[in-house]
Amino acid sequence: MKSTAKKRPAAASKRRAQAPVAALFLPRAGLGTLLEALRARGFEVIGPSVHDGAVVYRPIESADALPTGWHAEQAPGRYTLQRDASPRQFAWANGPQALKPLFFAPRESLWRTTRDANGRLAFEAVAPRARPVAVIGARGCDLAALRLQDAHFLKGDDIDAHYAARRASTFIVAVDCSHPADTCFCVSTGDGPTADAGFDIALAELDDGFIARAGSERGGELLATLQLKPAATAQVRAAATQADHARAQQTRTLPSRDLREALFARLDHPQWDDVASRCLACGNCVAVCPTCFCSREGEDAELAGDQSTHVREWDSCFTSLHGYIHGMQTRPDVRARYRQWLTHKLGGWHEQYGRSGCVGCGRCIAWCPVGIDLTAEVAALMKPEPKPEAKPE
Amino acid sequence: MSAATLASRPPVDVPVAATVSGRIAEAPGIFSLRLGLDDPQQRRAYRFAPGQFNMLSLYGVGEVAISIVSDPEQPDEIDHTIRAVGRVTRGLEQLRTGDRLGVRGPFGRGWPLERIIGRDVLVVTGGLGCAPVVSVINYILMRRTQFGRLVIVQGVKHAQDLIWRERYAYWRTLPRTEVWLAADVGAPLWPGHVGRVTELFDRIAITPDMAVLLCGPEIMMITAIRQLLGRGIAAGAISLSMERNMQCGHGLCGHCQIGPHFLCREGPVFDYPEIAEWLGRKGF
Repeated sequence: MKSTAKKRPAAASKRRAQAPVAALFLPRAGLGTLLEALRARGFEVIGPSVHDGAVVYRPIESADALPTGWHAEQAPGRYTLQRDASPRQFAWANGPQALKPLFFAPRESLWRTTRDANGRLAFEAVAPRARPVAVIGARGCDLAALRLQDAHFLKGDDIDAHYAARRASTFIVAVDCSHPADTCFCVSTGDGPTADAGFDIALAELDDGFIARAGSERGGELLATLQLKPAATAQVRAAATQADHARAQQTRTLPSRDLREALFARLDHPQWDDVASRCLACGNCVAVCPTCFCSREGEDAELAGDQSTHVREWDSCFTSLHGYIHGMQTRPDVRARYRQWLTHKLGGWHEQYGRSGCVGCGRCIAWCPVGIDLTAEVAALMKPEPKPEAKPE
Repeated sequence: MSAATLASRPPVDVPVAATVSGRIAEAPGIFSLRLGLDDPQQRRAYRFAPGQFNMLSLYGVGEVAISIVSDPEQPDEIDHTIRAVGRVTRGLEQLRTGDRLGVRGPFGRGWPLERIIGRDVLVVTGGLGCAPVVSVINYILMRRTQFGRLVIVQGVKHAQDLIWRERYAYWRTLPRTEVWLAADVGAPLWPGHVGRVTELFDRIAITPDMAVLLCGPEIMMITAIRQLLGRGIAAGAISLSMERNMQCGHGLCGHCQIGPHFLCREGPVFDYPEIAEWLGRKGF
């Protein structure tokens, strides 16, 4: 088997070149077998499927539910699906939903309080809800985002039990992205289009099947049970060419350097006012962002008055309550809120978690109702500030 | 996990039940609650450091971050001084002796006690800013011989806002302890200065070897720091307590961030050089 371990072409990342893995060929019909094998191991299979006009991750019964022939066309403020006769099941760029909701739940009960007739209180932790889940179709950008969420939710003494439980019970089957959208820029952030790490099994989709590689011991064991043949050299080469094509297709870029200093040196740049005049502060960008981690906490009190549940829900730094403190607002306007979001994402993250908080998935661009494009905002911010008196003739 | 391990972890994840054992109306809209944890084992195990805070949980309403003002040597009696300004604090204001609430904590990093031991200590506070430092003032007063001069400088907007008048009057009588008061807007019989708290620095013997503890509005702290640096105090000798929206206490919920800092974990007390870049930056 060793002889089949192919070196990737030079365009592939160094990390993969260092660890060549056996490339196997999984015929398209074999994907169903893989899903069955996962199910037999006790995993609920979550995979991409078309719902409400978008590709989203949902529990799927079989490979038939996968979005065969569907393609996503995306542009600032636009996302549309189109279908053709292609046999491919993963020929789409990411929809609105990242892996985030599978681990960092949009709404989570943390503890329950009961109050007896004498007013005495008792607090009880709500146990993490986790079941073995296998996710099919995770992209490189989302795996990079998952590593960032791990860094946040699993740090030091403050490990989030709910996140940790779900993370530990998940099997990940990644699929290299072959059809990036117009909004994608994962090449410039170094997070795609292929899956580099953080998966149990990764697939590269070809017309007649997949090139499969293991990323973990259990992934390797599972692949071994499928008794796959080594991939042919031509197949491996086709996958590499396809990845190169996916890279070349991306036109948007974000500067790959640490933008912290540059952004914080431009806190008074007129571009912040410009973007604030367009931004609706709706928080869509936060909701679709695979790395945004803010949550608010609140009480859900029963009408009977004897029980209340403490819940946390996804929050957004665009809300008026995010920066509220004793009757005062630290971020009273949209300008300050957009600036907080962008400078944190591209600046603050470096200091917090050693890299930018953006993985280039482009969701915030496609799902912004007014089509604000953070790569364009950054480019505008990095231009020298215009002189105040400069006016067009 | 054994019972011993469970008991050794402070109640930071889920609140524990507590009962109000005392209540003091300090000023209109400002009150103090003394709390005792209901479970004897929890009560014995609870420890905090001056400058840390708790999340107080009002049944069915929610939580709020409040600094602990009592003496860390008596952790079985936990005092909080609260201004009723929001949904939770207005509800807490209604609590009376015998009423129940939840306590989660303690959270954050407190004042750098090791560093200030043996030194003259200058405490400068504004508004209700005094609350996070009362605990450390008490700590110093309980161990008076271990510290040099204690200079307490408190500023308020209106003279009638000053709480703890008796406490200041008492502190003033203690050896090597000075109390200086300032109000932007004075009132008849106001015993202190009328004007900015920082204007008092001209009248106080400030020496470059002092350790400085600051708490209050950021603009006040910035002005104070500028003046103190000008008087030869090293930036690293200045500590300050910061405030932001706090919800989880674990550095997860994201509300307490100032730039890259999670206040609830890395603060609320910072050495000035750690937070200098962010202090007073509007919008962060």
